[in-house]
Amino acid sequence: MSNIRYTKDHEYIRLDGDVGTVGITDYAQHQLGDVVFVELPSVGDAIVAGKQAAVVESVKAASEVYAPVSGEIVEVNSAIEAEPAVVNEDPVGKGWFVKLKITNPDEFAKLMDEDAYKAFVASMS
Amino acid sequence: MSNAHDHADSSPLLRTPLHALHVELGARMVPFGGYDMPVQYPKGIIAEHLHTRAAAGLFDVSHMGQAILAGPNVAAQLERLVPGELRDLAEHRTRYTQLLDDNGNILDDLMVTRLPPVKPGIERFFLVVNAGTKTADFAHIAARLPELELMPLADRALLALQGPQAVSVMARLFPGIEQMKFMSFGAADSKGGPIFITRSGYTGEDGFEISVQDSAAAAFARLLLDQPEVQPIGLGARDSLRLEAGLCLYGHDIDTTTTPIEAGLLWSISKRRRIEGGFPGDERVRLQIENGPPRKRIGLLPEGRAVAREGADITTPEGRIVGRVTSGGFSPSLGRPIAMGYVEQDFAKPGTPLALTVRNQHIPAIVTPMPFVPTNFYRG
Repeated sequence: MSNIRYTKDHEYIRLDGDVGTVGITDYAQHQLGDVVFVELPSVGDAIVAGKQAAVVESVKAASEVYAPVSGEIVEVNSAIEAEPAVVNEDPVGKGWFVKLKITNPDEFAKLMDEDAYKAFVASMS
Repeated sequence: MSNAHDHADSSPLLRTPLHALHVELGARMVPFGGYDMPVQYPKGIIAEHLHTRAAAGLFDVSHMGQAILAGPNVAAQLERLVPGELRDLAEHRTRYTQLLDDNGNILDDLMVTRLPPVKPGIERFFLVVNAGTKTADFAHIAARLPELELMPLADRALLALQGPQAVSVMARLFPGIEQMKFMSFGAADSKGGPIFITRSGYTGEDGFEISVQDSAAAAFARLLLDQPEVQPIGLGARDSLRLEAGLCLYGHDIDTTTTPIEAGLLWSISKRRRIEGGFPGDERVRLQIENGPPRKRIGLLPEGRAVAREGADITTPEGRIVGRVTSGGFSPSLGRPIAMGYVEQDFAKPGTPLALTVRNQHIPAIVTPMPFVPTNFYRG
């Protein structure tokens, strides 16, 4: 069974035990265009579902990345701070943003699964 | 993720004659100046930008306004509306100037070319103005200069071919065109009707702007795209290219709250015109030349990678607001953010340490001369 869930704002979270890896989807990176800067939170920060977790800037605009679920930041991907283009090249792999220890598994369960997200993206075009 | 690309506008968008070609090429279309325009093609803004600096990029600028202004003494008449030197402008030569309001503020910036007279005593000028202002510009010119004939060329598309290899592409299609001087004009005949070509552009590169009849535009664009050096370039890269070149975007870096002197466009006003005036707001402009303007357009190099965009406050290192960013973005050529904006005169000197406010953080930035990237205009 898939351990990845999606938000309507095009973030994903992949759960491994009680640690979720958060990033933006391929659809999101494509919509943004070339990513030139990311601003990440600090390890230890508490973040709340639906609130800003990071900022991603493309050539054209800055966008907020929202936390799919609440939790505490346990790791940030400093590789994408040094090389933001990785977010375009491999958004759900090397281009992840943060890892967080989730506080409420129910929040994860309520998010869209792969099929629901695919249908959601298809409905947007 | 929030979407900063929302464009809520209910008015129907106009289309250029190249619209279907943009869609076919996979462009992402956005509203600009009332038109549905390509912001980027599949390769993306950075690749398009770097391609233009290295080879040749094709831009659809058909949304811009083209017109012929004809009649007796057009140069002297049009000088009543702009501070540029037109009386001394030779035939087939092009000049950059601004339409000013009665306070010396900028209604639009434009390119003006003197065409040969069709009959003695009747001068003709070819004008290219911005898309969003063209209706107002043409109404203003017609109202202020009723004795002249203003003929908007609504049935002509405008293409720009820009980059160091633009000239070899054009010379393949129009042998001898490599002889054209920068900021000069030529006309050619084609099966699709007369073509107007100026050696000019707005990217900081050598290049050409080519006016063709709507019906011939798509075929001509395809012919250019068939050349190995040429790729299609969207408005996103057009913006980053002109920002690197330190060029103003109307409605952002210049508008009806800025004079040419504040905007650093004194170079576009000849010595005679500075002395004689005779354009709207000439007294205010003269005083600003004499005493220095209260604020000036400057370039800024911010530290780090966060991008300070239009509207960001410019402060002293201590946090006092002394100005505002009017254009800011990521420079693909430099691999770092750059910005331009207006600051109080005392803070405009290159090397002055300032700061930019981005998401409530104060990012150190240094005032820097423009262009950010050396221009590569043809000077042969």
